[in-house]
Amino acid sequence: MNRTIALCGAGLAAAVIFPLFASNYFVNIGLLVFFVAFIGQSWNIAGGFAGQTSFGHVVFFGTGAYTSTILQVTYGWNPWLAWLAAMLAGAIVGWMIAVLSFRAGLRGSYFALITLAFAEVFRILANSVPFTRGGLGMLIKADQRPLNFQFRDPIWFYYLALALCVISLLIAWRLTRNRFGARLVAIRENEDAARALGIDVFAEKVKVLTLSGAMCAAGGTFYAQKYLYIDPSIAFGVDKSVEMLLVSMVGGAGTIFGPLIGSVALTVINEVTRGLASVVPALKNVQPLSLVVYGIMLVLIVARLPDGLMGLFRRKPRHA
Amino acid sequence: MLEVRELSKSFGGLKAVDHASLDVRQGEIVGLIGPNGAGKTTLFAAIAGFHAPDAGRVAFEGKDITGWPPHRICSAGMVRTFQITQPFAKISVRENIMVGAYFRTADRKRAEREAEAVAGMVGMAGQLDQMGADLTVAGRKRLELARALATSPRLLLLDEVMAGLNPTEITEIVAVIRAIRDSGVTILLIEHVMQAVTSLAERVYVLNQGRMIADGTPAAIAENPEVVEAYLGHGAAKVLRA
Amino acid sequence: MLDPQIIVAGVLNGLLAGGIYVLVAVGLTLIYGVLHIINFAHGSLLMLAMYAVFWLWRLVGVDPYIALPLVTAGAFVFGFVLYRLVIGRFSHGRDENILLITLGLSIVVDNIALLFFGGDTQTIDVPYAGRFVELGAAFLPLPKIISFAASLVLCVILGLYMAKSDTGKAIRAVAKERQGARLVGIDVDNIFAISYGIGIACLGAAACLLMPTFYVTPTSGHAFVLVAFTIVVLGGMGSFIGAAIGGFIIGITEALGGLFLGEQLGQIGISLIFILILLFKPTGLFGSKA
Repeated sequence: MNRTIALCGAGLAAAVIFPLFASNYFVNIGLLVFFVAFIGQSWNIAGGFAGQTSFGHVVFFGTGAYTSTILQVTYGWNPWLAWLAAMLAGAIVGWMIAVLSFRAGLRGSYFALITLAFAEVFRILANSVPFTRGGLGMLIKADQRPLNFQFRDPIWFYYLALALCVISLLIAWRLTRNRFGARLVAIRENEDAARALGIDVFAEKVKVLTLSGAMCAAGGTFYAQKYLYIDPSIAFGVDKSVEMLLVSMVGGAGTIFGPLIGSVALTVINEVTRGLASVVPALKNVQPLSLVVYGIMLVLIVARLPDGLMGLFRRKPRHA
Repeated sequence: MLEVRELSKSFGGLKAVDHASLDVRQGEIVGLIGPNGAGKTTLFAAIAGFHAPDAGRVAFEGKDITGWPPHRICSAGMVRTFQITQPFAKISVRENIMVGAYFRTADRKRAEREAEAVAGMVGMAGQLDQMGADLTVAGRKRLELARALATSPRLLLLDEVMAGLNPTEITEIVAVIRAIRDSGVTILLIEHVMQAVTSLAERVYVLNQGRMIADGTPAAIAENPEVVEAYLGHGAAKVLRA
Repeated sequence: MLDPQIIVAGVLNGLLAGGIYVLVAVGLTLIYGVLHIINFAHGSLLMLAMYAVFWLWRLVGVDPYIALPLVTAGAFVFGFVLYRLVIGRFSHGRDENILLITLGLSIVVDNIALLFFGGDTQTIDVPYAGRFVELGAAFLPLPKIISFAASLVLCVILGLYMAKSDTGKAIRAVAKERQGARLVGIDVDNIFAISYGIGIACLGAAACLLMPTFYVTPTSGHAFVLVAFTIVVLGGMGSFIGAAIGGFIIGITEALGGLFLGEQLGQIGISLIFILILLFKPTGLFGSKA
C-alpha cells in the first residue's frame, strides 16, 4: 500500500514538472493522455465498475461541449460558469437515459446498443436544429484570458487536464473503498444476487450513469475550450465513444488506473506507428494503423485478459 | 412471523404455484420440501419479491409485503439465498460478504468487521482472501449463507443449501444453520432431499405441483401416504405399506 | 402538404431500398438466432464485401450482378473462416464480451480498409445505372428494381434451404435446442461456423446488389449497422419473417423521413424506432418471448 502511494506521488511529481523540460509537442501529447484518461474514466465508472457497457458515451461528451459552448457563444455566459451547467446537463442526460433504459430492463448488449442509438439521435439533432448551427459547427471566439477559460500558454491546459485526470483517479479510488462502489461491483458481478442482498439495483445504476454523464460532459467542455470549435461529428461521433471504451478495456476495466494506462498505451502505439510511417513510406496514413493494433488488442484482451494491461502487473489482489 | 396466504403464480398458463399457504413462527426452522418442479423456488421467489405473485398475500411481521421489491423486503428483515449459487466471482470472500454487511452500515470498517464476524460464524474465517470464483461447491454454499446473514435478517430463506454437498459437508452446514437459528434468526429452508430436512426442521411443508399437500412434523410427514406418492409415484404408498 | 404522388414515389423507393435491407438483416438475425451473438462487425463486413465488388469491377471489369455468385461464395468462406479462427474461439461468457469482440473486429476491418483503400468514396459506373422504369407516376431506377427482385429471390431460396435441406434443418435444430442437437449427434460447432458463413454470405449478395446504385467508403459499414440492428430488433431478434417485414418498414420510414424532415433530420427516424422498440417492446413484432 505504501509503495503504491509512493509510486503515485512520484508519478504525479513527474507529471507536474514534465512540461518544464518537454517541448510543446510533448506537452500536447501529455495533455491528450490525461484528457483521454479522464473521459475514459467517466466510461470506466459505469462500464468498468458497474458493468454497464456503453457504446454511446459520447452523448454526454457532446452534451457538455454543446451546452457550455451555446451558453457562452449565444447567451454570453462566462465559460467557467457554463462548465458547471455543462456538467449538470450531462448528469441530466445520464439520468434520463438510465431511467428509460433500466426501467425497461435493458442489460448487456441491449444497453450498449441503445446508448449508441441515443448518441446517434443527438448527433442528428445537433446537425439539424438551428441553435447548434447544424453541420457548420460552432466557433468560440478566441480571447485568451484565464477568466475566459482560454490560455495563452498551452501549459495551463496541460495542468488542467492533469487535474481532471487526478480527480477522476480519486473518484475511482473512492469507489474501491466505499459502499457505493461495492454495490456497483456487486451489480456488475451478479445483478440477481445484488438484488437479493438488498441493493436497489435500479437506483444504483441510475446514480452511476448520472455521475458518469456529468464527468464526461466536463470533458466535452474542456475539449471545446481547448480547440475553440465543435461540430456534430466531433461532439457526438462514434469514434470518441469507442476511444473511451477502448482505453478502459485495454488498460483494465473496473480498475483505478485502467483508463490512464490504456490512454498511455494508445498514445505510445500512435507515436510508434508515426515513427514507422516516417521509415516505411507505404504507411503514409498513420491513424488507421494504430487503430488496427488497438482493435486487435481489444479482441485479445476481452478474450484472454479481462483485467486489461493492469492484469499483467497486478499481484493477486490482497486485502489492504 | 411470515404468513403466506393462497399465493399463486403462473408462467405462460402453467401454474407454478397454486394457492399455497404457509406460516413461519419466530425462532423456528421450517422446511419446505417437494419433488423436482414442485414450485418451491418459484414460491420462494414470490415471497422474497423476485416475482410479483398473481394472487395471494405475503405478510412479514404483520406488514403486508406482497409485491414489494427485494431491497425493501430485505430492509424489512427477510433475505433469500439462491439454489444455484451466485458468488460475486471477481472479488474476495471478504468483499462478497461486505456487500451484505453494507446493507446495515455505510462505514467501511464496520462492514469489514461485520463480514469477518459472519465469516467466522459460517466457518469461512480462513478463506476471507479467496476469490469468489475459486470456491468449491461447499464454499459457495457457505458464502451464499454468509452474505445473506451479513444483512442481519430476522428471517432467512435458504434455497437448497445442502444440495450437491457430501455427507460430511452436510453435517457441517447443518450445525452452522442450527447455530444461526440459536443466534436468533428464524429460518425457512427449501430442500429436495427429505432426510436433510428431517434432521433440521421442526415443521415441514410439502409442495407438489404447485399445491401445498401436507404439513406437520418431519415424522408425521414421512408417514403421510400422499407425500410418499408425490415423491415416489402413484401407488407407491400402497406398495411400501404392503 | 406534399403531393400524394411524391409520397407514393417515396414509399416505392423505400420499399426497393427495404429489399436490400432485408437481405442484410436476415444475415444478422440468422447469426443471432443460431449463435445468440450480436454481430457488431456486420456493417464493416458488408463494407468489405462492397469493396470486393468494387475491385472486381475496377480491376477485372466484372459486372456486379455477374459477380454475385462469386462474392457470395467468397463471403461465405470468409465468414466461415472468421468464425473458426476468431469468433468461435472467443464466443463464451458474457454477451457484452462477444459484442466487444465483434466491435474490435469492426475497428480492425474499417481501418484496414482505410489503410489500403484510402478514404475516398468509390462508385461503380454501370451502363444501366441511369435507366428508369415508369410505374404509375413514379420513376424507379432500374438497378434498384433488379436488386429488390434479386434480394427477395435470394431470401426465398435461403428460406427454402433452411426449411428443406439437411443442413438447414440442423441449423434450425441448433437454434432451437443447442444441447439437444448436440445429443442427437449434430456437430454444433460446425453448424455455428456454417450459420455465421451464411450470415456473411447474405452480405456478399447484398453488396453486389447495392453497388450499382450506392457508393463505398471505409465508413460505409456505420451507415448500415444501426439500420440492420433496428430492422432485426423491430422484427424480433432471430425472426426471419420479422427481418423481412422490418426491412420494408425501415426502408419506407427512411424514405418518408427524408421526404418530410429533410435529408439531415430524416435519419432520426431509424434511431428513434430502435430506441422506442427496445424501451417498449423489446421482443419486437414477431420475436418470441426471451
